[in-house]
Amino acid sequence: MATDNVTVHEPEHDHDHDHDHEHHETFITKYIFTIDHKMIAKQFLITGLVWALIGGAMSAIFRLQLGFPDADMSWLQPILGKWININEAGVGSLDQGFYLALVTMHGTIMVFFVLTAGLSGTFSNFLIPLQIGARDMASGFMNMLSYWFFFVSSVIMFISLFIETGPASGGWVVYPPLSALPQAMDGSKLGMTLWLVAMVFFIASSLLGGINYITTVINLRTKGMSFSRLPLTIWAFFLTAVIGVLSFPVLFAAALLLVFDRSFGTSFYLDDIYIGGEALANDGGSPILYQHLFWFLGHPEVYIVLLPALGITSEIIATNSRKPIFGYKAMVLSMLGITVLSFVVWAHHMFVSGLNPFLGSIFMFLTLIIAIPSAVKVFNYLTTLWKGNIVFTPAMLFSIGLVSVFISGGITGIFLGNSAIDIQLHDTYFVVAHFHLVMGSASFFGMMAGVYHWFPKMYGRMMDAKLGYIHFWFTFVGVYLVFFPMHYIGIAGFPRRYYSFTNFDAFSGFTDLNSFISVAAIVTLIAQFVFVFNFFYSMFRGS
Amino acid sequence: MFGFYLLLAVFLVLAILILIFRVSRLINVVKGSYEKRVTASNKVNGMLMMAFLIVGFGLAFWYSWAFYDEYVPPIASDHGELTDKLFWRTMWITGLVFFITHVLLFYFAWKYRYREDAKALFYPENNKLEMLWTGVPAVVLTWLVISGWMAWDDIMADPSQDAEQIEVFGYQFAWAIRYGGMDNDLGDYDYRLIDNTNNLGQDFSDRAGFDDFQYKDLVVPVGQEVILKIRARDVLHSVYIPHFRLKMDAMPGMPTQFKFTANTTTDEMREELGDPEFNYELACTEVCGNGHFSMRKIVKVLSQEDYAKWKAEQKSWLSKNPSYMSQVPENLKELAVVSAGIDQ
Repeated sequence: MATDNVTVHEPEHDHDHDHDHEHHETFITKYIFTIDHKMIAKQFLITGLVWALIGGAMSAIFRLQLGFPDADMSWLQPILGKWININEAGVGSLDQGFYLALVTMHGTIMVFFVLTAGLSGTFSNFLIPLQIGARDMASGFMNMLSYWFFFVSSVIMFISLFIETGPASGGWVVYPPLSALPQAMDGSKLGMTLWLVAMVFFIASSLLGGINYITTVINLRTKGMSFSRLPLTIWAFFLTAVIGVLSFPVLFAAALLLVFDRSFGTSFYLDDIYIGGEALANDGGSPILYQHLFWFLGHPEVYIVLLPALGITSEIIATNSRKPIFGYKAMVLSMLGITVLSFVVWAHHMFVSGLNPFLGSIFMFLTLIIAIPSAVKVFNYLTTLWKGNIVFTPAMLFSIGLVSVFISGGITGIFLGNSAIDIQLHDTYFVVAHFHLVMGSASFFGMMAGVYHWFPKMYGRMMDAKLGYIHFWFTFVGVYLVFFPMHYIGIAGFPRRYYSFTNFDAFSGFTDLNSFISVAAIVTLIAQFVFVFNFFYSMFRGS
Repeated sequence: MFGFYLLLAVFLVLAILILIFRVSRLINVVKGSYEKRVTASNKVNGMLMMAFLIVGFGLAFWYSWAFYDEYVPPIASDHGELTDKLFWRTMWITGLVFFITHVLLFYFAWKYRYREDAKALFYPENNKLEMLWTGVPAVVLTWLVISGWMAWDDIMADPSQDAEQIEVFGYQFAWAIRYGGMDNDLGDYDYRLIDNTNNLGQDFSDRAGFDDFQYKDLVVPVGQEVILKIRARDVLHSVYIPHFRLKMDAMPGMPTQFKFTANTTTDEMREELGDPEFNYELACTEVCGNGHFSMRKIVKVLSQEDYAKWKAEQKSWLSKNPSYMSQVPENLKELAVVSAGIDQ
């Protein structure tokens, strides 16, 4: 689905990189099974954008449910079919299981398919060879495999949306025993199996890509391109790849053990369970073993999506301030610091999971340290802007927006990283607000900045700047209108992944605010079509 | 039919928008503004940055001030006072950083927007500055970490010997509550013993369980330490009582616990809030299936006298289900009859 769109007449730029490809190229070798890093980057980008639209549409549906719980949803029946339950009065409501499926798939799609594959896949592939002066990736073939594993993974995940029992629905973290026991919910049946299979392909793709990026950066730098001169983008992509290669295999292990528990009767995660009227024979497993394994990827994953965005921003802010980036060395060191620390903070997701409280205090300490390199990066961005001569291209706007949401979301991390405060805030909307700003929005802004900035290099045409401005201001204001109010809802204690808040007196307030957030979210999503139009229009008819 | 018109309208609006876009582009080409690198829109964007800063902060301050009572739930436990103090301390510090960095960010963006006669300052590094903004956050964070540690250690410390023992048991999609009875000691359990009646899988070969009883609400005494023993039957759940600032996952196969001391009775809180209907509530915060959002349990905080009275009135589970006497070993039967309070 992705590659057909990319039939652009590329002007013959980058001749240096192309002259070894002079053998005859058919449509298939050029656009589909291509080993050219620039074409692979475009494949990742287009696939990522398609996923972003699907994931965004899902959030619109569950935001409708949260903002307007009493509204008649029967008009969605043509799209959602049996997931809309119609009562005798003819009023349709969203299926409770499907609501969970939506939040699960929204998370999975956005984190992995859009912000990992769509962001790293696109810009690592596109920029690494160009910015270090290599002809192409170290292994073009592995690079091609990386995309096609991702494509297979995408297809499987997409198929899981249409099966009888619905896609995986235990949250994007898919904690067992819920995800391990098909009798616990419909989403833990075939949908969960497909989720696991898709993730295995995804991890393979990510590893193939990562190994390739690391090898290329280490071995194929041009003469004089020492590590101390490497552009910050490349440093970011390089460290991202290192994190990915070290942490994704752990998710693979976690997924594999979960497959065993689901299908072969093992008890890695299962113990003392009575469900569906019978006591299961599983004995001796640990439910938090999975959480440890998952978050050993899960937390570095945050930096896998964030670091490339920060790298892209560094370059764009420097370029458009007409200044070199302030504190190159400090920037590199802070990224190295983040990389190392990202591996030793995972259990801050588990403060109230029954983790040993002593471990909790260690992880609190390590988690709060991460605030230091992050703060250094922010101050360096600010100093780069200081006394600059700032040109507001759409890319620059998105970069400044990134710094803003990175501050806003990063600061709430200091609350959540403190285990004593986290007792109240854990799994509430405060967390939702936190990671949507610091990880979701920041990375998305980085991706948009990158697209606007390097679009001309990719397609040989310019994107329309005015539409870019409109897109930015709608998105920037929209993101704050959606996620900032969620902090209040979170402080008030509203739990995440709730289909409806009407059962509790404590969560009965804020109905107006929830409706407001939903309207803002839907308007922001609609505004993304300005970008989609701009992107495809400019691809063919841009100046 | 309405749908069709709607679709048509959307289509027409889109077509008009695209037409406007086309025309404006052509006009720009004619005017030649594409040749100019930096256009007037640069100034507009700079202004918008400042506008965003001012309006954004205005809204945030207004809402935080005006709706404080709505978004901060009242505290009803001792450790809750502590964590909320930490929360607001962190809020003041990070709020200040948030304010300063945002003012600088948007002010710089507006102030140093492109001017043809201006020249950017070449200023690639300053190690003293880097040291400064590494050191200052480090000191502040050390303070936060240490105060966090102290609170966390207090909250997670071992409960005292005479803490009231109460078991909270999560299952799809409700909670069951078991009390230690007069001996304040919860009896053993085994998940294999669970059946339709013995919903918690109580093991009646343990004498501590004879006087255990269940009750529909979670009832706790005010001003006395309570230790919640938390378990789950099928999948993960999480015990969450917002007003107590209390949260702990419930897991099958891995019992957890959380100790707390409630400091406001339900009646006192009703008076304080002027809401005679008010109840503390227990919710689930770990996604556990379709009914996740509906696992509500009422929590009642009674004065110590009322609690003792209430507790004395409760009948043990075994006395309500005497058929389970058959599971009690022969040598303990006599004891069981006495401590369960079975009439003969």
